[in-house]
Amino acid sequence: MAIEAKVNGKPVSFSVEPDTPLLWAIREELGMTGTKFGCGIAACGACSVHIDGEITRSCSVPISDVAGKSITTIEGLGGADGTLTALQQAWIEHQVPQCGYCQSGQIMAAAALLAKTPKPSDADIDAAMTNICRCGTYPRIRAAIHAVAGTAATPAATPASAA
Amino acid sequence: MGMIRRTFLIGGAALVGGGIFAVQYGDSSARSQAAKLTDGKGGHNFGTWLRIGEDDTVTLYSPHTDIGQGSNTGLAQMLAEELDADWSKLSVVSAPAESAFANVVLGKGFLSEMSGYPGIIGAMPMSLLGMVARQLNLQITGGSSALRFTGQHGLRVLGAGTRAALIETAAGRMGVPAGELTTADGKVLHAKSGKSLRYGELASEAATRSLSTKVALKDPKDFKHMGKSIPRFDIPAKVNGTAQYGMDVIKPDMRVATVIAAPVRGGKLESVDPKPALAIAGVEKVISLESAVVVVAKGYWQALKGARALAPKFSDGGKGLITTATIFAEQDKLRAEGKPTKTEGQGDVDAALKADGVKVIEADYRMPFLHHAMMEPFALTAHYKDGHLDVWGGMQDPLNAKATAASSAGLSADKVTFHPMLIGGSFGRRLPMYMEIVDQVARVAMQVPYPVKLIWSREEEVSQGAYRPQSSAKLTAALSTDGKITAWRNDFAQPEDGLREVPFFYDVPAVARRHFKQVSNQTVGAWRSVNATQHGFTTESFMDELAHTAGVDPVEFRLRHLKQGRHRAVLEEVARRSGWGTPLEPGHARGVAVVECFNTIVGEVIEASLAEDGTPRIHKAFAVVDCGTVVNPTAAEGQILGGLVMGLSSGVGEAITIDKGAVQQSNFTDYEVLKLANAPSVDVHFINSGAEMGGIGEPGLPPATPALANALFALTGKRVRQLPIKDQAKA
Repeated sequence: MAIEAKVNGKPVSFSVEPDTPLLWAIREELGMTGTKFGCGIAACGACSVHIDGEITRSCSVPISDVAGKSITTIEGLGGADGTLTALQQAWIEHQVPQCGYCQSGQIMAAAALLAKTPKPSDADIDAAMTNICRCGTYPRIRAAIHAVAGTAATPAATPASAA
Repeated sequence: MGMIRRTFLIGGAALVGGGIFAVQYGDSSARSQAAKLTDGKGGHNFGTWLRIGEDDTVTLYSPHTDIGQGSNTGLAQMLAEELDADWSKLSVVSAPAESAFANVVLGKGFLSEMSGYPGIIGAMPMSLLGMVARQLNLQITGGSSALRFTGQHGLRVLGAGTRAALIETAAGRMGVPAGELTTADGKVLHAKSGKSLRYGELASEAATRSLSTKVALKDPKDFKHMGKSIPRFDIPAKVNGTAQYGMDVIKPDMRVATVIAAPVRGGKLESVDPKPALAIAGVEKVISLESAVVVVAKGYWQALKGARALAPKFSDGGKGLITTATIFAEQDKLRAEGKPTKTEGQGDVDAALKADGVKVIEADYRMPFLHHAMMEPFALTAHYKDGHLDVWGGMQDPLNAKATAASSAGLSADKVTFHPMLIGGSFGRRLPMYMEIVDQVARVAMQVPYPVKLIWSREEEVSQGAYRPQSSAKLTAALSTDGKITAWRNDFAQPEDGLREVPFFYDVPAVARRHFKQVSNQTVGAWRSVNATQHGFTTESFMDELAHTAGVDPVEFRLRHLKQGRHRAVLEEVARRSGWGTPLEPGHARGVAVVECFNTIVGEVIEASLAEDGTPRIHKAFAVVDCGTVVNPTAAEGQILGGLVMGLSSGVGEAITIDKGAVQQSNFTDYEVLKLANAPSVDVHFINSGAEMGGIGEPGLPPATPALANALFALTGKRVRQLPIKDQAKA
């Protein structure tokens, strides 16, 4: 039985078993690999996407739950012509990614935060940004979010200095 | 297995620009093989790692895998600096996993560490070193080695040698003395006549010249690329989902597989009934390996469901009684027996401990196994077709991965091609000698006609790790009445000693660091900074204990035991920047630690408080780093702050524990990695001392845990002697 939904604005039809997690339907059925597999139990956030605008860990959502819904992945965050959002630009300007594997999920989480809270405080960022980054890019994630929101940067953003 | 660890250090080996790289030039078979692989379409190979196109493009074939540290950008900066390349025409690609690209520069580092006699290695002919590096299949990324070995001793020399060949070629064409020519932005210039020739025009002829290795490298004051925060090449593709990791490989008609291995390391697969898995839609095949069972299906979810439906019987290999406690007990027993595997130090420690008037202090420290927990679980794709095996994925040593895959598949190495992909974190985990998935995927691929991607579940990834060893140490010291350490003994038990990686730099007359070799059934591997986390934690915690016993401020106490030099400068600077000694918010305290590893010295100060439940809250961190020379400050800062956060994460909450011979943790729910909310703001400062270049990927990590533990002692008066800290907070 096919399940109809929208991914990045386009109608799609998933023909997988209904218990298949959305993550694997996106990656293997649609061949879109920007959304990452990290833990499989919604503990790390690498697979974060937006479902009807809500930040969601797609590894733990069965495809049967997304029928009729609108899904946005990292590939659909910017413009169709490849233009990046201000948030993605800030990620480059602050040289946030290291290995980069978690960053699709981090960016999706940050985008969801800013959609609801355009001027987040440090406490807002702490509460919303619960995805794991093993490379330890957290101080730059925080700085990039503050920069794009135009809120006060914390000392975390202090650039490297050299004697 | 000493060779497989990232413990190599150059040590006393005299590495000067010219000598070490000679083999890349001199070995004609490697050069012609490399040229075959990289030339074509008007390109010309220089010293295997560099191609200059007639269209002026410059390609660096990097022998390092970028595991997230941005080293390929730094390597390009170093090459471009000496070559005077046009930055806009330069690109970096992964060197093919072919023996011509074996990393001879690192080979030298490895060999000097392995033999322990760097002098002999230093005298070895370069062509012989090159052969050895190729035999070792060396194409490794690790040991914080990319910039300080490959960049400093390889690519800078290659850049300068190639530049000289281009100048000589231009001199001949223009009919002017080479001394009148200069270079800039990919051109050779003759100021007198105003003539210039592009590198692309000169490449074909220049490539026929023998490259000099006796070249002068640029003075740092003339640097145009090195020392600049050039944005990393790899980052744009990592913000829009286009970056392709091993996990992302898709091939036509590909199947996806997953694996369940013997939960007890050393155990074997005894039997498995495949029927429950085969009954699940999409499952196609169940393959038994020596110590694991693999389920092949149309997709990952089906493979996972299939694997979970199985009830394989595994033996425990006679290791079923091992627990975390038995490992510590064995280490204590070895220490009590008093027969160290290796001792390093100076002076008569026994006599100094018994001297009149000294105060003797003792402390026992215990550290757990730690897991790498990289964000991308293992995923390799393999396809055996027409007698040839192709493997795609991310490895820290592609050339060795190819050899491992060939051996498992029963093929000769020339029948295997390894295709390096981006790596979603590694930290020492993705080395083929303890990365069983290489063997597994090669064996599976030989049994199926289609490409197969083997993915380890996170549960498999956590419980089948190659861990930072569980380790313990008894520290003993004598303090004189004037607050000086007169004796220091560190009796530590773990698989390897790591003494050369982590020097003891305090000025103490009698020192004995004694290693008691203890191994368990667990696989241990290089974990970011390797043995420096253990030695850093015990040494810097104990220094703090001694300072408090002596009634002296911890910074002042360390300074009293440091002569003038780099360590002292680092400590003084981190104390100054952190405002050491100035008042803090109530309930906050600072701790300090200084550790040297991979020839880089890092001092860190951590400001922390305690939450109501007794767990630490980390507010601010200051790091001062002397790695000699910084190639890319922003990228280097990222490595230091990342290492610092990983150090805090491990110290606060990470532990792999063993029961009945098996790992008890299985995912991020029971292997707790630090999240953003508890990551401090970090102030990173580099001291450009000009010393021999040190590593940058690892040295930020080791001081973090002891600095935090020392801050908690300042706050509570309770000493952290067992990690992780959260277990003590709950106790």
